[in-house]
Amino acid sequence: MSIPKEHDYIGLSENSPMERISDKLSSSSSSSSTLSTEENSNINKNSLNLKETELRLGLPGSQSPERKPLPGVSLFGKDIDTNTNGYSLSPLKNLVSGAKRGFSDAIDGSSGKWVFSVNNGSDAGLNKGAVLFSPRGDNGNTQKSSVCGPAKKEVVGVITQSPKPVQEKNSQVSGANENNNAPASKAQVVGWPPIRSFRKNTMASNLTKNNEEAEGKSGFGCLYVKVSMDGAPYLRKVDLKTYTNYVELSSALEKMFSCFTIGQCGSHGFPGRDGLSETCLKDLLHGSEYVLTYEDKDGDWMLVGDVPWEMFTDSCRRLRIMKGSEAIGLAPRAMEKCKNRN
Amino acid sequence: MDPNSKRKKESPPETSRSSPFPDEVLERILGLLKSNKDRSSVSLVCKDWYNAESWSRTHVFIGNCYSVSPEIVARRFPKIRSVTLKGKPRFSDFNLVPRNWGADIQSWLVVFASKYPFLEELRLKRMTVTDESLEFLALNFPDFKALSLLSCDGFSTDGLAAIATHCKNLTELDIQENGIDDKSGNWLSCFPENFSSLEVLNFANLNSDVNFDALEKLVSRCKSLKVLKVNKNVSLEQLQRLLVCTPQLTEIGTGSFSQELTGCQYTELENTFNHCKSLETLSGLWEATAPYLPVLYPACTNLTFLNLGYAALQSHELANLLRHCPQLRRLWVLDTVEDKGLEAVGSNCPLLEELRVFPADPFDEEIIRGVTEAGFVAVSYGCRRLHYVLYFCRQMTNAAVATIVQNCPNFTHFRLCIMNPGQPDYMTNEPMDEAFGAVVKTCSKLQRLSVSGLLTDLTFVYIGRYAKNLETLSVAFAGSSDWGMQCVLGGCPKLRKLEIRDCPFGNATLLSGLEKYESMRSLWMSSCNVTMNGCRQLAREMPRLNVEVMKEEGSDDIQADKVYVYRSVAGPRRDAPPSVLTLSGL
Repeated sequence: MSIPKEHDYIGLSENSPMERISDKLSSSSSSSSTLSTEENSNINKNSLNLKETELRLGLPGSQSPERKPLPGVSLFGKDIDTNTNGYSLSPLKNLVSGAKRGFSDAIDGSSGKWVFSVNNGSDAGLNKGAVLFSPRGDNGNTQKSSVCGPAKKEVVGVITQSPKPVQEKNSQVSGANENNNAPASKAQVVGWPPIRSFRKNTMASNLTKNNEEAEGKSGFGCLYVKVSMDGAPYLRKVDLKTYTNYVELSSALEKMFSCFTIGQCGSHGFPGRDGLSETCLKDLLHGSEYVLTYEDKDGDWMLVGDVPWEMFTDSCRRLRIMKGSEAIGLAPRAMEKCKNRN
Repeated sequence: MDPNSKRKKESPPETSRSSPFPDEVLERILGLLKSNKDRSSVSLVCKDWYNAESWSRTHVFIGNCYSVSPEIVARRFPKIRSVTLKGKPRFSDFNLVPRNWGADIQSWLVVFASKYPFLEELRLKRMTVTDESLEFLALNFPDFKALSLLSCDGFSTDGLAAIATHCKNLTELDIQENGIDDKSGNWLSCFPENFSSLEVLNFANLNSDVNFDALEKLVSRCKSLKVLKVNKNVSLEQLQRLLVCTPQLTEIGTGSFSQELTGCQYTELENTFNHCKSLETLSGLWEATAPYLPVLYPACTNLTFLNLGYAALQSHELANLLRHCPQLRRLWVLDTVEDKGLEAVGSNCPLLEELRVFPADPFDEEIIRGVTEAGFVAVSYGCRRLHYVLYFCRQMTNAAVATIVQNCPNFTHFRLCIMNPGQPDYMTNEPMDEAFGAVVKTCSKLQRLSVSGLLTDLTFVYIGRYAKNLETLSVAFAGSSDWGMQCVLGGCPKLRKLEIRDCPFGNATLLSGLEKYESMRSLWMSSCNVTMNGCRQLAREMPRLNVEVMKEEGSDDIQADKVYVYRSVAGPRRDAPPSVLTLSGL
């Protein structure tokens, strides 16, 4: 058996990805790996350490170099806590892979599969496949759904379009795919998870009905609102009912997004009221990078912390962690309210 | 044809030594056998016993409607009164089978009308049933008593109206989860004024309003009513009025269980449930809210099955309810109860045998809630008799599963669905091979297994080596090569149903099961690497199998997108739509 070579699949380190990838494709056998949309967004960020995020392929039996999540890989300037979603960005071992024969069958002609995984077919010693796996919050996982399905798209074409690969790839999965075009959307696989249509439809209509009744409120006794952060590629959702005050909310968000700073306000002390003090607000805006805002029932964007907690949970429709520079416009209003209360 | 003369012809005097008593006695004795497995064994003893069994059988179960024809069934079993029929492959529940695939009940009903005019019961799963068929059923079988439909499609509430109108002796109308065209609730008002034989009425999964007045009258005149499951349009107050007429119910489906009640109404409701002492099964609670759940508590003392599969309860709500259900054997919940709710299950339900946890929002990846491995482990510590589990989760570890089966080694049905395809052990990033390895090594009685998560061939090597009693295996997004599945097909002696989707298994897998397929009910492979040539080869080598390929639009002639293989004594089917190719050995 020949010495396995490492293929610089995504070619981030050097030349144009496209050429290198098409080269690799025609010469590869049964190796495969999945491409995550996070990788695509990382490609676009030139400031990142591209070598570290390089997608590499090893032939069966090869070992990939150890890789640790570097600042360049995370989205927020810090390492992503590996516990949040249970995933680290370190390479995972064997993913679903194509059978050798099937892959080479399919690679000929227009029905070339473009999905790859590292396959050594062996049971015990699992390869450290050089595959970068995106966090669960991303939609990278669903790509494996079509690993073995016949790929209808030209391989090269798919890879160059970021973050579309997920959508295109999943369009080859037969049947109804409810793909949004937003990069962070989850592309759905037909018939997965295996839940009867009746149940699917019933639960779906429950959710939409509840969302129509009160935006953000659901009949399930929880209050999920979306949380977006400027610069993050995907949103999160939090249940406001699980918190009882602003401190809890902000520390939860801080954990979730790792650099949210309203929690620092706590060190200055809330002045016995639910609102932010004037000093607090100033510190917030000038001292830190980000600010927490929310959209209320009227559609206005407000600074979080002005009103009593209960009023806030009643009127909050969604949250946004804004860059401080953009939030300046909100400050005067909030400051005046503070002053008026004093 | 005189039945007696027919029988005499087939038992010449020399065989009397094998039958020390007359046929009638043998038939009488065998008539007491209810289990189909026993009956099949009995029929293999000798010709006499075969005949006696055939003549004494009143219920037939047909797991695959295309494995046999209605004529063959009628020829062998002349005295059938109850039929259970299953049609489409199971993955049709998940939209993987084209709509017009087949499994139409009509051809069966036509034969039954002439051969089994005294048919009483029909239970259908995954069959296509039209309104015309329902009307045909209602009009041609004067003794018809029980109709149960699950996962069927093709009919509307008009068909139900026909049943209600014409079936004078109806005892059971059980409409479970189906693809029904719900036009209106008028069907319920079609029961005649003097009709009173109903014992089971389940319309929980229909959405249209029924006329409550008609329902109330129906319920009060059906004195033998044991099972009543109403739909979500029946309010709490209306439910209370129904239950007042029927305190003897053993199964209640409560409908939405939501309404603003006055203090007085609340007390009345409490009293009503207080009187429901025979209750064994409780379901519904579609929009139940915490304040009203306590009225159920007194009715739960003897409850053995609690179906909260559509009730989005929180952990504390579930915990409070479970404290009053000491006898619980089966529990279905939504994952809104979270791990904490499952801890309560472990603490309060020592007799639990079956647990199903469904996802409330399976398609939203932003939701970070639901259940994890911790909840499952907690249940396993408290419920040592657990043997049936269906668990949807977003994360799992090998270690957790190992602990679970150590606590509960008696699993017969282990269906674990890690909802992200191909997801590894989230703590170690390893495949989930060892988890399922532990399951098959420890649970020697395992009959049904559904695997998920990141799996290599090792999982299937384990399954083939250890799962000696395995009958049903479901595989998705798993495996590395044909080798794994070859181990399964070479190893599991009792395998009957194998369904595979989106796996790297190809012709080698397909062809390695040649000797096995005739002892199996069916094989399904979709989005794998099977080619048309492989299927043709299979069809050539095994002419008694039906090899069907479902073609997708725009797919080429090389890949076999969806393959369905099953044994049949009826030959290739003649009602296949154009998108289904039947490959013959020719």
